[in-house]
Amino acid sequence: MLSKTVAELSAALDRKDVSSVELTQAYLDRIEKLNPDLNAYITVCKEQALKQAADADKQRAAGNGTPFTGIPIAHKDIFCTRDVLTTCGSRMLHNFVSPYDASVVERLQQAGAVTLGKTNMDEFAMGSSNETSYYGPVRNPWDSSRVPGGSSGGSAAAVAADLCAIATGTDTGGSIRQPASFCGITGLKPTYGRVSRFGMIAFASSLDQAGPLSKSAEDAALMMNAIAGLDSRDSTSLDHPAEDFTAHLQQSLKGLRIGLPRDHFTADLNPAVQTILQDAIKVLESLGASVTEVDLPHNHLSVPAYYVVAPAEASANLSRYDGVRFGHRAENPANLEDLYKRSRSEGFGDEVKRRIMVGTYALSAGYYDAYYKKAQKIRRLIKQDFDEAFKSVDVILGPTSPHTAFKLGEKNADPVTMYLEDIYTIAVNLAGIPGMSLPAGMLQGLPIGMQLVGPAFSEARLLNVAHQFQLNTDWHQRRPEVK
Amino acid sequence: MSWETVIGLEVHVQLATASKLFSGSSTAFGAEPNTQANIYDLALPGTLPVMNEEVLRMAVSFGLAVDAEIGKRSVFDRKNYFYPDLPKGYQISQLDHPTVGKGSLRIVMDDGSEKVIGITRAHIEEDAGKSLHEDFQGMSGIDLNRAGTPLLEIVSEPDLRNAKEAVAYLKKLHSIILYLGISDGNMSQGSMRCDANVSVRRKGATEFGTRTEIKNINSFRFVEKAINHEVQRQIDLIEDGGRVIQETRLYDSDRDETRSMRSKEVANDYRYFPEPDLLPVVIDDAYIDAVRATMPELPDARCSRFVKQYGLSEYDADVLTSSRAMADYFEQVAQLCGDAKLSANWVTVDLLGLLNKQDLDIQQSPVTPTQLGTLISRIKDNTISGKIAKTVFEALTEGETDVDQIIESRGLKQVTDTGAIEKLVDDVIAANPDQVAQYKGGKEAVFGYFVGQAMKISKGKANPAQLNELLRKKLSE
Repeated sequence: MLSKTVAELSAALDRKDVSSVELTQAYLDRIEKLNPDLNAYITVCKEQALKQAADADKQRAAGNGTPFTGIPIAHKDIFCTRDVLTTCGSRMLHNFVSPYDASVVERLQQAGAVTLGKTNMDEFAMGSSNETSYYGPVRNPWDSSRVPGGSSGGSAAAVAADLCAIATGTDTGGSIRQPASFCGITGLKPTYGRVSRFGMIAFASSLDQAGPLSKSAEDAALMMNAIAGLDSRDSTSLDHPAEDFTAHLQQSLKGLRIGLPRDHFTADLNPAVQTILQDAIKVLESLGASVTEVDLPHNHLSVPAYYVVAPAEASANLSRYDGVRFGHRAENPANLEDLYKRSRSEGFGDEVKRRIMVGTYALSAGYYDAYYKKAQKIRRLIKQDFDEAFKSVDVILGPTSPHTAFKLGEKNADPVTMYLEDIYTIAVNLAGIPGMSLPAGMLQGLPIGMQLVGPAFSEARLLNVAHQFQLNTDWHQRRPEVK
Repeated sequence: MSWETVIGLEVHVQLATASKLFSGSSTAFGAEPNTQANIYDLALPGTLPVMNEEVLRMAVSFGLAVDAEIGKRSVFDRKNYFYPDLPKGYQISQLDHPTVGKGSLRIVMDDGSEKVIGITRAHIEEDAGKSLHEDFQGMSGIDLNRAGTPLLEIVSEPDLRNAKEAVAYLKKLHSIILYLGISDGNMSQGSMRCDANVSVRRKGATEFGTRTEIKNINSFRFVEKAINHEVQRQIDLIEDGGRVIQETRLYDSDRDETRSMRSKEVANDYRYFPEPDLLPVVIDDAYIDAVRATMPELPDARCSRFVKQYGLSEYDADVLTSSRAMADYFEQVAQLCGDAKLSANWVTVDLLGLLNKQDLDIQQSPVTPTQLGTLISRIKDNTISGKIAKTVFEALTEGETDVDQIIESRGLKQVTDTGAIEKLVDDVIAANPDQVAQYKGGKEAVFGYFVGQAMKISKGKANPAQLNELLRKKLSE
C-alpha cells in the first residue's frame, strides 16, 4: 500500500479500502523503523499528522475531498510550517519554529494533505549530495553507502523508500531533478514564478522554485494542481491562467519533436548512461515522437555563471541570520561584532560560508562588472539558446546527471567537482524554464534519470511526455529494498 | 583670501502612507516598541517584499512637482550592510533607476532674489529601525516599528552656495511636500531628515574642494548653524595649512559643533545589486497623467496666480504661498473681506509678526481667518480705522473672539458724522491760533499736528479721510 501513487491512494481512500488515519499510521511506523538509518526526516509531526488524517477522513466521508485529502506527504525543511521546527538543514535555524505557513504548505493543507514531517536537505539548499546538512547526510535507499543527491535529498529518499506518498522540494540549480534521478523517482522544477516562493527560505531568489518529488508523472501533475498559481505575497509570482496539469496526460505523442542537445551527448557522458537514454528515446519514438539534434552553444558557461549569481544572491539572503532576532545566537557576546561573527561562524557550515564569501566577493566594488554583470549577460545568452532551440523542437531530452548516485564522501574534497554535478540542470534555472527528471533505466542496481526540458509554461506538455513514457515503461515502479 | 561654499543636501522624507513600503504593518509614530513589526519587518526566513503602490504615487507626484523626469522603469536594489536595526542585513533602495530623475526647484531669498536649485534624483527606499542605547544595561534595544517605513531620498545638485540658501531650499522642499500631502514633514520626529554635503573652495576655483557629510540635522535652524560651523571649520583648517578629509560628521546641536563620525575612506562597500524579490516598476504616461490630475496647486503656480489674480507683489505672493496652510489662510481672509491687498498686508505684517514673536505655526494662529476677514471688512466699511483695527487685532490675540463685540464694547466705532468731525476741526483750530498762523504762513508741516490733536481728542475714532479733508478746507478759509 505504501508504495502506491497519490492517484492510487486517493482512489483507495475513496473506496474506503483504507482510512487516512490507517495510512498515516502505517507511514509513521515505517518512518520510525527506517528513518534512523536513512535520515530522510529532520522532524516527524506524529500527532499533528494523525489529527490532520482524522479530519481528512471526515472530509472525504462528507464528499468534500480533493485528490490530496488524507494523502500523507512530506515537506522539505526549507518550507516554513507554522508551529513546527523549520531548520533549512542548518544549525543556524536549529531552534526556529515558524509562526507562519509557506504558500506551498498552506495550499497543500487546504487540499487536505497530511503532513508527516519535514525532510532533510543540504544546508540552505547548498549542495548536491545532502552531505552539507547540519543534521547529517541522508542515505540513498538503493544503497546506503551512497548519497541521495541534493539538495532535496531527504524528500527524494523519503519518496523512494515509501516514507511518504509524495514530497515537496525546491530546485535552484537541479535540487529536485538530480536527487530524483539518484533515487529513481519523478521530479519537476516548474517555470520560475509558477509556484509561490512565499515562506520558502531563500537561497538564490531569482532561481529558487518549488516543485514535486513523486512516484509518477501523474502525481507530479496532481501536486502542481494544488501548489501552482499566482500569490500576491510573492511579487515574482506569475499571473498565468490556472490550468489542470492532468488534462493532457493522455495526449498522444504523435508529432512530438524531441531535441537532443549536441553537447550533452559527448564523451564526457558515461557510455552506459548514453545507452539507457538511447533506449528511452526509442520508446518515445515508438510512441510517435521524432528526434533531432539541437545546439545550446552557451550551456558550458552555465555552471560558472550560476556560481556567481546564486552565491551573490545568497550572500544577501543569508545576512538576516545575525543572532539578533531568531535562530542561533552566540553565547555571551562581548559586543555587536562578536555577536555577529560568532553567531554566523557557529551557525553556518562550511559550504554555506564558502558561498557567502564567493557571493560577497562577486558583488564587491571593482568586481561587480567582471562577475555579477557578466554572469547576468551569460544568463541572457543561455535563455536565448533555449528560445532558439524551442523554435524547432517541443522538448529537449538529455541526462539529468552524468552518472548514478555516488558514494558518501566521494566528492567532498573538491567543491568544483561537486558543482559540476549540476552541469545538465543549471541552465534550466538560469533560463527560468521548466525541467523534470524521470526514471529511464538502471545501471548496476542504481537508477538513472532522464531530463525533459520545455519552454516557459510547458509543464503540462512535459508531464504528458513523462506520463506516456511511464505508461510504456516500468522504471518508475522499481523500488529499492530498504532494510 | 575669500572662499566660496558649495553645499548639496540629501533629504530623507518619510512618506505618509498608512502601511509600510513592503509590508502591511502600520507606520504610525509613537507605538510601543516592536508592536508594528510583522514577519516581513522582522525579516523572518521565507518572507518577501510586496510593494505598497501608494508610495509610487507619492514619489511620482513629488517628481512632477519639481518638474523632474519620471522613471518609467524603476528598479529596486539591495544595499548590503550589517546593523541590528536593519533586520534583513540589506536595505531595499534604488540605485541606477530611481523613480524620480533630474528636476529643479526655485528658491526666493529674503532680498527677493531668486535661484533655481537642481535636484539630481529622488529614490524610494526603506527606513531602518531604531537602536535604543539607554535603559539596557550593557546592551542595546532594537525597535523595528520604523523599519520598512517608506522614505523618499531627495538629492540636490551642489548648487547651494551658503547656509541661507540651504535653508531656503529645505523650506521650499518642506512646503512642496506639505502641499502634496505626501509627508507630515515633521523634522523633530524625524519625518524629514537632512544630511548636508559641504565643501569650500577659493573663489574662482572650478574644482570642488573635498567635502564632508554632516548627518542628523533635525531642524531648519540647525541646518544653518551646522553648515556655518562646518564651513568655518574647513576654512580654518585649510588656512592653517591643513587638509579636509572626506568623512561623515555628526552635528551636535547642544555644543553647536560637528564631529567626525567615520571616515569615508574606510566606509562600507554596500555591494548593491538588483533586488531579485521585486520586479522592476513599470509605469506609462497614462499613470503619470492620472497622478498629475490628483495633484493640488503647487507653491510656484499659486504664487503666480496670487500676483495675477490679486495684484500682489511677487514678494508678498511668495511669502503667502510658502506654506499651503498660509496660502489657504490668506485666501479665506481675502474672500471674506473682498480686499486681497489689504488682506495680504495684514497676514504678512501683523499676523506673521505675531506668529514669529510667539513662535507659532499658522495652524496654531490665535486669530482665525474668519476673525481677520471680519476685522478687515470693518475697516473697509468704515466702522473702524486702520489704526483702531490694530487695537481690535490685539484683543483677538488676547483671546477675545468676536470682532464686532470688541468694537462695540470698547466704543471703537469710527466717527464718520460730518457734523461731529466739523465740530472737532473747529475746536482744534480755535484752540491753536499760533499753529494756524504758522500754517497760513506757509509751514505745511504743521498740518500733521492738527491731525494728531484731532485724533487725540476723538481717541483715534475720527475718520482720517474726512478729517483731513475738512481740516484742509477750514485752514484754507
